[in-house]
Amino acid sequence: MKISHYKLLIPALTVLGSMLISSCKPGKAGSSVDADAAKKVYVAPGKYDEIYAFLSGGFSGQIAAYGIPSGRLLKVIPVFSQNAENGYGYSEETKPMLNTSHGFVPWDDSHHPELSKTNGEDDGRWLFINGNNTPRIARINLATFKTVEILELPNIGGNHASPFCTENTEYVVGNTRFSEPLDNSKGDVPIDSYKQNFKGAVSFVKVNQDNGAMNLAFQLIVPPFNYDLAHAGKGPSHDWIFFTCYNTEEAHTLLEVNASQRDKDFVMAVNWKKAEELIREGKGTKITAKYAHNVYNENSHTATSTIETATQTLDVTKFPGLVYYMPCPKSPHGVDVTPDGLSIVASGKLAAVIPVFSFNKMLEAIDKKQFDGMIDSNLPVLKYESVLRGEVKKPGLGPLHTEFDDKGYAYTTMFVSSEVVKWKIDNLEIIDRIPSYYSPGHLSIVGGDSKKPYGKYLLALNKITKDRYLPTGPELAQACQLIDITGNKMKLLLDFPTIGEPHYAQMILADKILKNQVKFFKLEDNKNAYVTKSEKDTKVIRNGNRVDVYMTAIRSHLAPDNIEGVKVGDEIYVHVTNLEQDWDVPHGFAIKGANNAELLIMPGETCTLKWVPGQVGIVPFYCTDFCSALHQEMQGYFRVSPAGSNTPLKFSIGVNPVTE
Amino acid sequence: MKSLTRVLIFISATLMLGAYFLPLWHILLDAPQYPEGLEMKIWLNGLSGNIAQINGLNHYIGMKFIVADDFKEFKILPYIFGLLTLIGFASAIAKSRRLLWVWFISLCLFAIVGFSDFYMWEYNYGHNLNPHAAIKVEGMNYQPPLFGYKQLLNFTAGSLPDTGGILVGLGGVLAAAALFYKPRLSPNKSK
Repeated sequence: MKISHYKLLIPALTVLGSMLISSCKPGKAGSSVDADAAKKVYVAPGKYDEIYAFLSGGFSGQIAAYGIPSGRLLKVIPVFSQNAENGYGYSEETKPMLNTSHGFVPWDDSHHPELSKTNGEDDGRWLFINGNNTPRIARINLATFKTVEILELPNIGGNHASPFCTENTEYVVGNTRFSEPLDNSKGDVPIDSYKQNFKGAVSFVKVNQDNGAMNLAFQLIVPPFNYDLAHAGKGPSHDWIFFTCYNTEEAHTLLEVNASQRDKDFVMAVNWKKAEELIREGKGTKITAKYAHNVYNENSHTATSTIETATQTLDVTKFPGLVYYMPCPKSPHGVDVTPDGLSIVASGKLAAVIPVFSFNKMLEAIDKKQFDGMIDSNLPVLKYESVLRGEVKKPGLGPLHTEFDDKGYAYTTMFVSSEVVKWKIDNLEIIDRIPSYYSPGHLSIVGGDSKKPYGKYLLALNKITKDRYLPTGPELAQACQLIDITGNKMKLLLDFPTIGEPHYAQMILADKILKNQVKFFKLEDNKNAYVTKSEKDTKVIRNGNRVDVYMTAIRSHLAPDNIEGVKVGDEIYVHVTNLEQDWDVPHGFAIKGANNAELLIMPGETCTLKWVPGQVGIVPFYCTDFCSALHQEMQGYFRVSPAGSNTPLKFSIGVNPVTE
Repeated sequence: MKSLTRVLIFISATLMLGAYFLPLWHILLDAPQYPEGLEMKIWLNGLSGNIAQINGLNHYIGMKFIVADDFKEFKILPYIFGLLTLIGFASAIAKSRRLLWVWFISLCLFAIVGFSDFYMWEYNYGHNLNPHAAIKVEGMNYQPPLFGYKQLLNFTAGSLPDTGGILVGLGGVLAAAALFYKPRLSPNKSK
């Protein structure tokens, strides 16, 4: 009997032992979730979130607005990609927004949303974002959440280091990830002539302070490195902007290896104020260039696209004092300026430390000519030791991007070791680390890149989700994690999936945006060329094979709703004006068989759908937005006759005994 | 006429002048889809507020569209009310108790006729519904309340005095006080 008791102990001890061993295994996640997480992210039904988060959609080409802390998706703002859901890029009014020097490009890779700033603080007026693939910068009006301007950038390929803005949004910048020969040079050159023929072009886009209008002010022609990210100085460093450079090896093939050879690449410091002065003094060289400038007018609800033909350039090798290089370990990604404007944090994604440069030491090194050689014979490389304030030691693997809170701490994402690391700005000591799921690229804190951070939440934006959610086949959502940074230790609150790739984000206190919100467009201000302001003005006009239908939509009918006399092969433009003047009453419009998307028309707005009927017959059209109790009755018919037939043009709507 | 009475009349008539600058009455509509509410304000000489939205909703039930021009009252009300206020001031200036009586009775008549007229309009709008309306509910009428709240389908309709109306009401109370309030003679004087 006694023996069998001991025998029983053996499996019990084994279980206990294995538990002890597994609990000794380091680094398992789960414990970082805040015990009060549910309470902290719960926003009661009908209540507003405290914060707007704008996350780029990466390869979706759009931006998504989320409420924080709830993580609720509020709206996908179409920017660089056609959006069948509301007709953006399909309607006649919005097609010009996606025009480029290459013609209509209906998609892009949207990376870095950037809030406009006044005195180094987010002002909630506009949101800029770069199109990476076909280089563009877009501006979104945060009163209407509509993309109102897209400016193409010439001479660059891969507009990645963009659209970071200077302290008062004097400029937003764009710089090339892929250096390439300038557009006006003969581009038909051997690729291995990279070092001779390829260039970088730092684009400075001037922003009109009253209305946000952009124009390409000038481009600095720089060595053919890959330019990754940027941030402008603030306060004492106001006049400067910093770019990270990798591939300073100037490789043109198998960059994975060939661009990862040098121990140090660079942070390129540009004195933009000086460049601005040189341009003002007429020192710039005007070169031919071809790029589209698309502007959406919110009174006519119509976009126009203009092709620009020239740009001003400055060859930085000819103007000393414009550009300096700070050596930076290795293949740096983010370059971030502390709220006081005095320290510059660069994150070398293949580096073992995070170097923190001192702005004042940089000025001193420039002054004392503490150079460590030259690039292209006269662009000074500053001595690493002369500009370095210190290094954050052993931060983790793959540091990518740093933002700051209002209590003197910095937070850096570690792509490879999949964590966020908190460190102290003054002594560069690591305070805390928290796992992220998985492989965070960028992170965002409200005002975390501005003079005035609000250190309550941190959002880590991840590239990989794997097992985090219910699986959806091979293609999984990407995601972000909301982290409470109010305490000494970071606490995980929430993770939620996003649209596309949440590449980069900006967060802002909701109040700054709420106060400017537009609820509907005033019909009396509608300047669309095809507006119909009242039902009695509706009409159908034929001009050759072009037919213009001036239609109105109001709960719950489309007028006219019986249209006869259109023919196969006609180009029919249906201009629908939504006559409603109330909040949240859009109407939709769709035609059976149209090789096009639908329209979603906001109150007071006019949108146009082009349709070329291909078949004889009766073709229904209807309102697609469930607008009212009689939405399902909001419909009509086209009668399509054969090409060349004599069916007279007729349009009508039944007499309405209720409103007459 | 005692000076207290005259002061009361002056205050009363002055309050009534507020009707020219402030809305008299308002009708409020609340529904699940309109958490912010819709309102129609009634002035001496017209209407203001979410008239277009209210008319947009009225078409479902076949209610006649509300158009300020349909109300002849708005053309004459400013004059009638002006005359009334003048009588008030005149009674105080002329120290005429007879005029005060005329004023008070006119005010009472004005209130009775006014509310009856308001009721008739409400009755007509609420009952004379277009037979072709999309929404028809057997036995349902949409007459808003004369005063207070009432549920009309998904809407809670409220009918309440607005600031101008409250001032006029206060004026009326003071007019009554001027006429009927007799301060007790002080014991000193009776001696």
